[in-house]
Amino acid sequence: MSKNPPNYISTTNACKLCTPLGACLAFKGIEGAVPYLHGSQGCATYMRRYIISHYNEPIDIASSSLSEKNAIYGGGPNLKMGLVNVTQKYQPKLIGIATTCLTETIGDDVGRYLHEFHRETVGTMPIMVRVSTPSYNGTHMEGFHAAVTAVVEQLAEGGEAVQGKINLLPGFISPADKRYVSDILDDFGLDATILPDISDTMDGPATSKYDKIQPGGTPLASIATMGRASATIEFGRTLHGKTAGALLEQKHGVKRISLGVPIGIEESDLFFASLSMLSGRPIPEKHVQERGRLVDSYIDCHKYIFGKKAIVYGEEDLVVALTAFLAEIGVVPVLCASGGKSGKLAAAIKDTTGDILAEQPLVFEGMDFFDISEMAESLAPDLLIGHSKGYPLSRKLEIPLIRVGFPIHDRMGGQRILHLGYRGTQALFDQVVNATLARKQSDSSVGYSYM
Amino acid sequence: MEALLEDRQEQVHRTGEQPFTLVCNKDSLAGAVSQRACVFCGSRVVLYPIADALHLVHGPIGCAVYTWDIRGALSSGPELHRLSFSTDLQERDVIFGGEEKLYRALIELIDRHSPKGAFVYSTCIVGIIGDDLEAVCRRVEAEKGIPVIPVQSEGFKGNKRAGYTAACNAMARIIGTGDTAGISPYSINILGDFNLAGEIWMIREYFERMGVQVVANITGDGRIADLARAHGAALNVVQCSGSTMDLAKIMEERYRVPSIRVSYFGIEDMAQSLYDVAEHFGDPEMLEKTRKLVKEELARVVPQLQKYREALAGKKAAIYVGGSFKAFSLVNAFRLLDMQVVMVGSQTGTEQEYRELAEITDPGTIIVDDANPLELTSFLEEKEVDILVGGVKERPIAYKLGVGFCDHNHERKEALAGFQGMLNFAEEVYSSVMSPVWRFAMRTKDKDLVTETSKTIVKG
Repeated sequence: MSKNPPNYISTTNACKLCTPLGACLAFKGIEGAVPYLHGSQGCATYMRRYIISHYNEPIDIASSSLSEKNAIYGGGPNLKMGLVNVTQKYQPKLIGIATTCLTETIGDDVGRYLHEFHRETVGTMPIMVRVSTPSYNGTHMEGFHAAVTAVVEQLAEGGEAVQGKINLLPGFISPADKRYVSDILDDFGLDATILPDISDTMDGPATSKYDKIQPGGTPLASIATMGRASATIEFGRTLHGKTAGALLEQKHGVKRISLGVPIGIEESDLFFASLSMLSGRPIPEKHVQERGRLVDSYIDCHKYIFGKKAIVYGEEDLVVALTAFLAEIGVVPVLCASGGKSGKLAAAIKDTTGDILAEQPLVFEGMDFFDISEMAESLAPDLLIGHSKGYPLSRKLEIPLIRVGFPIHDRMGGQRILHLGYRGTQALFDQVVNATLARKQSDSSVGYSYM
Repeated sequence: MEALLEDRQEQVHRTGEQPFTLVCNKDSLAGAVSQRACVFCGSRVVLYPIADALHLVHGPIGCAVYTWDIRGALSSGPELHRLSFSTDLQERDVIFGGEEKLYRALIELIDRHSPKGAFVYSTCIVGIIGDDLEAVCRRVEAEKGIPVIPVQSEGFKGNKRAGYTAACNAMARIIGTGDTAGISPYSINILGDFNLAGEIWMIREYFERMGVQVVANITGDGRIADLARAHGAALNVVQCSGSTMDLAKIMEERYRVPSIRVSYFGIEDMAQSLYDVAEHFGDPEMLEKTRKLVKEELARVVPQLQKYREALAGKKAAIYVGGSFKAFSLVNAFRLLDMQVVMVGSQTGTEQEYRELAEITDPGTIIVDDANPLELTSFLEEKEVDILVGGVKERPIAYKLGVGFCDHNHERKEALAGFQGMLNFAEEVYSSVMSPVWRFAMRTKDKDLVTETSKTIVKG
C-alpha cells in the first residue's frame, strides 16, 4: 500500500461540489433571502436539482441567465434586470449574489454594478450581499464559508457588548442538527445568533399556502448585532482564509472560540464546556444524563466494533469529526479522504486522535472516488462513512455505508439526520454498531436471532 | 396576474380565451428562476446513454458532478456513461489555458478504460479562455485510434435546445464511418428514446416482432459502433423530436435516410407509431404482424386500465416537461384515464407545438413556455390540480401545495413507454392521487387541529 496520495490528471466521480453551491445554501439560511447566481442559467438549475434531491424542499435560486452577447459585453445589464425581477416577484429582504466561473473569468465587477444599480434605482431595494465564488477555486465549503463571511462583513455592526449574547457559526450542518443545537443553547440560557440557519427554510412543514420565500433563517436583526456578542463559537478545524469568526474578532473584538464539529464525546465535551463557560452555568442535568447514556452504550457495544476498519470521506471538517468519533469507539479509520484542499486535514486529524490511535490513518486531500476506490481495495475496510455518493463503492466492496452529511440522494430524510452532540453521536453510534451486527447476522450460516 | 412578470406575459396562453399567440425559444429572463438548464445540459442528456463512450467534461468540477449518474438510462453492457469525468479546471488552468491538462486527462482515461470513443464537452469557461478542443481531440484521435469528438456546449451560448444541436452535430461525426453490410431493407434507427428503466428494450422487442431490424438505439443503450453504421438503416424513427430531429435532418441530407416522428407514450400513440413504421415499409405481412401485436397488447393492457379510470375520472392534471412533444402524448394518456388536463407547459417547446397543443386541449387550459416556480405555483392553485407531471425540480412545488406528482423526467426508475408503460403510468398517477396522505395536507383550507379533534372526542 502506497503512502503517497494518488496523482491523476483527470477527476472521476468527484468528492466535492462547486463553490457557488455552498454560497447558495448559506444564503438560503438567512431570513427573507433569495440566493442569486451571476452566471449562465444552467448553474442555478443544476444546483437547485442537486439540493432538492437531498432536502425534498423547494429552493429558488435566481440567475442572471447570461447569454453569449452578455459574456462578450459584460453581464452588468442582466444582473441589474435580474435583481429588479427578483425584487418584484419575491419581495426579498436580502439577495445573496454569488459569482460563477463565467462572470469571474470575463471580469465582471459586481461591486461596481451594484454601486451603479443603487445609484440608478429609486425606491427601497432589498439588502444586497455579494460574494466572489469562482468554481475553479475551492469547493462548496469554501463557497459556504465565504458567503457567511460576506454576510457578517457587510451586515454585522459593532458597538457595546451585550452580556449573555453569543454567535454560533456551525458551518454546513443539517436542519435536525441546528434544531438540537438551538435547544442546547436554550438550556444554557444563551441568546445565540446561529448563522446560517437552514432548519426551517430547507426543512419546512406542509402548509396550506405556498411561501415564495420560506419563513425562517437567521434574522437580519440578529446578524446586525453579531459584532456586539460576547463570543463567537466557530466549528471547523480545517477552516482557512478569513473566517466570519476571525472577522468578528478582528473588526469588533468578539472573542473567537474555535472548536471542531462536535461529533463524538471528546469533541462534544469541548462544545458543552464552552457553553458552560460562556453562560456561567453548569451543564444541564439532562445533557449530563444524555452523555452518560452514550457512554453506557459505548461500553455495551464496544466488542462488536472494536478493530473494524472504516473509510471516511466528505467535507474536511466533517471528516475530522467523524474520524475523532470512530477513533474513540475503537473503530480504526484506515483512510480519511476529502475533495477539499485546506492543507490542514492531516494535522487536524492528528490533533483530535493522536492520543487514541497508535497509528495515524492515511489522510489525503484532493481525492475523488476513483482514488478512494483504488486505495480501498488493499485496505479491506469493513464500513464506509460519508454521503450517498459513496454508494457505488459500498456496493462494489459489499460493505455497509453509513450515510451522513450532504448529499443523501438515494434515501429519504437527509435533512433529518442528526450528527452533532451527544444525541447525534448516539444516533451515529447505533447505526455503526447495528450495521456491523446486521452484516454479521446476514453472513452467518445459521442466521442467529440472539446477540 | 401577480405571479407573472411583464416580460413573461407573452409566454403564457389560455386556450380558447384569445387567438393563439405565444412567444417561445427565447433566452430565459434574468431573475425569473427558469426551470431550464443550459446548452451543456442539453448536450449531456442526449449523449449520456452512449454507454461505451468516455464522456469527459472540460471545465470546473460543478458541470461534471451535477450530471453524475443522473439519468435512469440503462445499458445492456458497458456502463462507462455512469461515471463522471472532469478536467476539474483550477485557477492556474484558467490563466494559462487548459489544453495540456485536457490532453493528458484524455490519454489517461482512454488508457484506463479503453472506450470505443470519447466525447469532450466544452463548458462556459472553456468558451471564454478559448481552449482549442478541436485540435486536442484530433491529436488524441490520431494517437489512440478512436473517435474523439468535441461537443460545442458552452453553457451560455443559447439554451438547452442549442445543446441538443451540439449533441446531434457530435453524433453526426461518427455516423457514416462504419460498415453497413448485412442491414435489412426493413431496418430502423431509434432516436430520442433514452432507455429509461429499460424502455428501449421493450420498444425494440415490438419492432422485432414486426420483422423490423433495429440498427442503432442511438440515444438509449447506445454504442459507438452502432452509431457508425446507423446511416445504413432504411428509416429513422424519432421520438422526443426536440432533442434528435437535427440528427435525423443531417442523416436525411447526407445519406437520404428518411425519418418519421413518433411517440411511445400512451397506448394510442404507441400503436400509431408502430403502424406508421409498418406503413412506411408498406409490407402487407409486416402490417399484419403489427395489427396482431397491437391487438395482443391492447387485450392485455386495456382491461387492467379500467380500475384506474374509474378511480381517476374527473381528476385534474397539469403537465410541465422538458420538450413539448411529450406533452401531446401525456394529454392523450390523461384523456384515456378520463382525467382533465388544465395546464401544459415545457422548457423548450416550439411555436408550432404550442399551437397544436392549444388546438387539442380544452378551453381554459393554460399553455406556458419556460415557466418558473412562482408561475407554476399560481397555476396549480388556480386550477385546483390533483397531479402534476414533471421532473425533480417541479416535485417539491407540487408537494408543498399538497398536489400529487408523477416523475416523467430522465431520473425516473419506472418504465412509462410502450403498452406496459401506459399501465405503469396509470399506476403511478393512481398511487399519488389516491394516497391517503393528502387528508393531512391542508390544500383547500386550514383546519384547526384542536377544534376538529375535540369534535371527534365529544362525539365519542
